[in-house]
Amino acid sequence: MTTETTETAAPPTTTAAIATTRARRRRPAPTLVVGVGIVLVIVLFGLIGPLLVQDPLAIGNDGMQPPSAAHLLGTTQTGQDVLAQLAYATRGSLLVGVLVAVLALFLSAFFGILGGYLGGWLDEGFSLFTNVVLILPGLPLMIVIGSYVEQRGLLLIAVVLAITSWAASARVLRSQTLSIRNRDYVQAAKIAGEKPWRIISVEILPNLLPVMSSGFVFALISAILGEAGLSFIGLGVVGTQTWGSMLFYAQNGQALTLGGWWWFVPPGFLIAALGCGLSLINFSIDAIINPRLRSAPANARRVRRAEKKEEAAA
Amino acid sequence: MHILRKLGFYLVALWAAVTLNFFIPRALPGSPVDAVLGKLALRGPVSPETRQAIEVMLGTDSQGSLPQQYVQYLGNLLRGDLGVSVTYFPTPVGQVIGQSIPWTLVLVGVSTVITFLIGMALGTIAGWKRGTWLDSLIPATTIMQSVPYFWLALLFIYILSVNLHLFPISGGYDVTLVRPALDYPFVSNAIYYAFLPALTIVLSSLGGWLLGMRNMMVSTLSEDYILTAEAKGLHPRRIMLTYAARNAVLPSVSGFAISLGFVVSGSIVVESVFSYPGIGYTMLQAVNNNDYSLMQGLFLIITVSVLAANLAVDLLYGIIDPRTRARG
Repeated sequence: MTTETTETAAPPTTTAAIATTRARRRRPAPTLVVGVGIVLVIVLFGLIGPLLVQDPLAIGNDGMQPPSAAHLLGTTQTGQDVLAQLAYATRGSLLVGVLVAVLALFLSAFFGILGGYLGGWLDEGFSLFTNVVLILPGLPLMIVIGSYVEQRGLLLIAVVLAITSWAASARVLRSQTLSIRNRDYVQAAKIAGEKPWRIISVEILPNLLPVMSSGFVFALISAILGEAGLSFIGLGVVGTQTWGSMLFYAQNGQALTLGGWWWFVPPGFLIAALGCGLSLINFSIDAIINPRLRSAPANARRVRRAEKKEEAAA
Repeated sequence: MHILRKLGFYLVALWAAVTLNFFIPRALPGSPVDAVLGKLALRGPVSPETRQAIEVMLGTDSQGSLPQQYVQYLGNLLRGDLGVSVTYFPTPVGQVIGQSIPWTLVLVGVSTVITFLIGMALGTIAGWKRGTWLDSLIPATTIMQSVPYFWLALLFIYILSVNLHLFPISGGYDVTLVRPALDYPFVSNAIYYAFLPALTIVLSSLGGWLLGMRNMMVSTLSEDYILTAEAKGLHPRRIMLTYAARNAVLPSVSGFAISLGFVVSGSIVVESVFSYPGIGYTMLQAVNNNDYSLMQGLFLIITVSVLAANLAVDLLYGIIDPRTRARG
């Protein structure tokens, strides 16, 4: 398989090392602050928004109205309030995203850590399975499954999305587990007679937390994007509004040709903004996992400054 | 040995795809016959003969046990028999796919290669010039990455096609002007129609390549052999390209599998936005018309193409990374 070089990319980190770097840098990175800010605003909108807005399904006579005082984001073709729909859709999309990310995290931890730690034929089998799932294209599979099931509930869609999105992070977790497994303290715990589940949960799992949190954030992004794509095709959750289903109705309601930008721009913008906020958070996690990404630019800057000073002196 | 192992893996993956394709319709609650009957029942009462006829038409009338059906299904596949399409009745599924596959192959193939080359080039430069103002552009690539493919496509259509009339809104070529043939009028017209879909795919998948390459460049540039090369007084361009970039590109190439899946998924939705006559658009037609044999045939073809592309990249990988050959 195609694994050799990627699996050694991120140097292993210990919790102690992370703790010291955290103490050294008092202020959090600006990317982290901006990322958390964006995500918080969107989450609050999804939580509180539905309580404040009008009925998202109420049909009115004033269809396709541009933004006004009565409808802050205009109306759809059937006179429904776009802002109200957006608030409910935000809640729906976030719900699906979190559900999928939790399921995917669980699956990837099971196949990645267990396989990596126990080794042998179990590991061979698990990693073959992981690689096969990884290589099968997700969306076509989701389309086939989604089209056979008429009653698509929230849980079904979440499970389908999770099944197609856990494999990449399972592979990363496996390679990390492989490198941690042979450390001295794990060997010591083994010799001390600790049970495997205790070694995995107490000795290994804490060291995997940065990688797992990065995987969780990534799963959240891809779940929200995947759900949006599925709903946009018309195969999403039946009866729950999400950003993707808003876009589906916008395209079918001729929002493009009628010039209704207020209908299809906001949901896509929120998807992009949330994805961006989450990636910014992931950047900060990456910089913790891979210290070179943090120190190298700073070093290069220092060298360049020194060269300039030398030139000025000469 | 190395190559045999790889071929073995792809065989297992292929078998998994074929078996999934067989079991999904049988394991899930809905049945294609019921779905078609449900639609017919809206127009009036349905007689048992109609049910029988639809079962024969969809090929679900076989009475054998599950293993027997499985063997029969594998046999049909080997003979290239994917069943008959309902949407384009009575055209066989194989023929429908054959008509739509060149469109997707060219669109996705060309835009993926372009994206890869641009991403690698920009990533190399961004990694080489680490610690300069270019670093502040990196967060911008994530915005590109988080934008859903189809939403970008909607924006392009709205701004460039509907308002500015620069590009066509949908389709693969102008049906009133040209006929499919390998001549200049048709090819130029097709390129004109393919420009916006291709631009969408390139822009929304570029960020990932760029960022991955940049981060690998930064990591590679702090290796000792780079320092040695600088100490020897080699030309900076030589260090950048043959010392750093050549090693930094490897994870991107081996990560091709994951990204190709994303691109294929993205292009399915993009095709539906542009009504582009490729595989993805045909698949959505199949979904809307309950055309299950066409849908499953398409799933199989898409999976086989993704597997084939990855196999090709895997074999090429030995050429750019001599270490895998030495180990083999």
